[in-house]
Amino acid sequence: MLTVMEEKIASTEVPIIPKQEIPASNVVEQKIKIQTKGVNLHYGEFHALKGITMTMQEKTVTALIGPSGCGKSTYLRLFNRMNDLIPNVNIEGYVLVDGKDIYERGVHVDELRKNVGMVFQKPNPFPKTIFENVAYGLRVNGITDKNFIAERVERSLEQAALWDEVKDKMKKSAFELSGGQQQRLCIARALAVEPSILLMDEPASALDPISSAKIEELIYELKSKYTIIIVTHNMQQAGRVSDHTAFFYMGELIETNTTKEIFTNPQNIRTQNYITGRFG
Amino acid sequence: MNIDHDKIFRSKRNKQNFAFWTFRILSFGIAGILFWILGFIVMHGIKVISWDFITKMPEDGMTKGGIMPAIVGTLTLVAGSIIFAFPLGIMAGIYMNEYAREGFLKRFIQVMTNNLAGIPSIVFGLFGMSLFVNKLHFGDSILAGSLTLGILVLPIVIRTTEEALKAVDDSFRIGSLALGASKWQTTSRVILPSAFPNIITGLILSIGRVSGETAPILFTCAAYFLPKLPHSIMDQVMALPYHLYVIATSGTNITESRPIAYGTALVLIAIVLIMNILANILRRYFGKKVKTN
Repeated sequence: MLTVMEEKIASTEVPIIPKQEIPASNVVEQKIKIQTKGVNLHYGEFHALKGITMTMQEKTVTALIGPSGCGKSTYLRLFNRMNDLIPNVNIEGYVLVDGKDIYERGVHVDELRKNVGMVFQKPNPFPKTIFENVAYGLRVNGITDKNFIAERVERSLEQAALWDEVKDKMKKSAFELSGGQQQRLCIARALAVEPSILLMDEPASALDPISSAKIEELIYELKSKYTIIIVTHNMQQAGRVSDHTAFFYMGELIETNTTKEIFTNPQNIRTQNYITGRFG
Repeated sequence: MNIDHDKIFRSKRNKQNFAFWTFRILSFGIAGILFWILGFIVMHGIKVISWDFITKMPEDGMTKGGIMPAIVGTLTLVAGSIIFAFPLGIMAGIYMNEYAREGFLKRFIQVMTNNLAGIPSIVFGLFGMSLFVNKLHFGDSILAGSLTLGILVLPIVIRTTEEALKAVDDSFRIGSLALGASKWQTTSRVILPSAFPNIITGLILSIGRVSGETAPILFTCAAYFLPKLPHSIMDQVMALPYHLYVIATSGTNITESRPIAYGTALVLIAIVLIMNILANILRRYFGKKVKTN
């Protein structure tokens, strides 16, 4: 019921980003950033990901779509090893970031997570000031130089298109911001530690259409510096922001291709049914 | 079928009123009992309260003079037991909620902690005597008394810490870990500051408990009559609850020292109240600070 409503709202919303005929990233030769080979993931007895093999190019946006429970969020959390926090998770196969297996022995999860930032569905700023929220990632990674931190905080907030709105209230609690501002603060917080990959788990689904559009605009701009993977329930959003789209269903990767191909010429009937709204 | 809506609604409203008034009367009744006790003690105790009463030593076989050594003793014991139990209890609570995996060991420790809270306080007294006073040769002392009282409130501190940490939204933990923070950084920089106001609830409960306990200090620290102030933590002290017990039951002249007994009770209640107010101010301070630290 809710998804239907969400999509209705989304479909009436005016797309701010002009639709591109061919994503620019398609023309330029790209470097492989992330690769998974035959990844199987079990939650206890439940087989959540079934042999996923997929490649993501550097500085592109990949959208993961599919009905609830299809494994797209689980797949997203592979790349910063957030699934490790869930008990009874068993992972097989290879997950390569910059050619290195991140599940190998001797990989430091905190170093990995510094390189692979994440933005969550619900904005989750810390109960700290706006400044400290963005500075947090720097501090926990051992940076103490005040000027450096102040500079980086400002730059990250600018990148997240929030600086102008908060520059006069950096000492105020982050909870005083609106939901959309909080989410951009969380994006700034993730950017502050200079990751090369940004994972976004339905980053706009808890926001109003205007805030949602701002986030989309932001994703579009961030693409020039970061490799972005975004999970979304919103087909229009996937169509607007992503270069590549992967359709998941019941733990399987059904189809992956350029977003344009997926939306105009899906090869699999299930993909076609899903993107045309016949199920999901 | 004929449905008498009027009758149904009337009966519904009657039941609602009955339940509402029962609960209201019971709630007021509980508050009433508290005010009755307080009123009784204030009425009888207020007469002897004076500057001298709280700053002078007891005189004439505890039938005259003040109760200063007992006040100092109780404050010392509260401070001593809190200094001991708080860091330990908070660390245990952090371990239990943030680090320990679900399973037999965690359940076992939780059950044991709850059992510890249910042990009669006289048993703590005897335990403190055999361990701190005799085995470790602390003798009857503030140290032995504080440690015994500390163990007594340890379960309260552990439980309130655990509950306070549990109440912190998981999205803070996940958000922090996702930035590359270690578990300890997450706990110490985000989780603990958020939980601290609620942890102070444990402090308030502990203060009340420690100030009022008699049995645990009976064999470990409390002096029957000692008209001087302690010089070190190895000294014995008088304490308000024990002093109250002594002058009410086994003093030199029970009838004559009765007003002093009421005065002592009043001072004890006042001290607990003042410490609770201070702890509440502290809780508010941390509550405000947590959003902007």
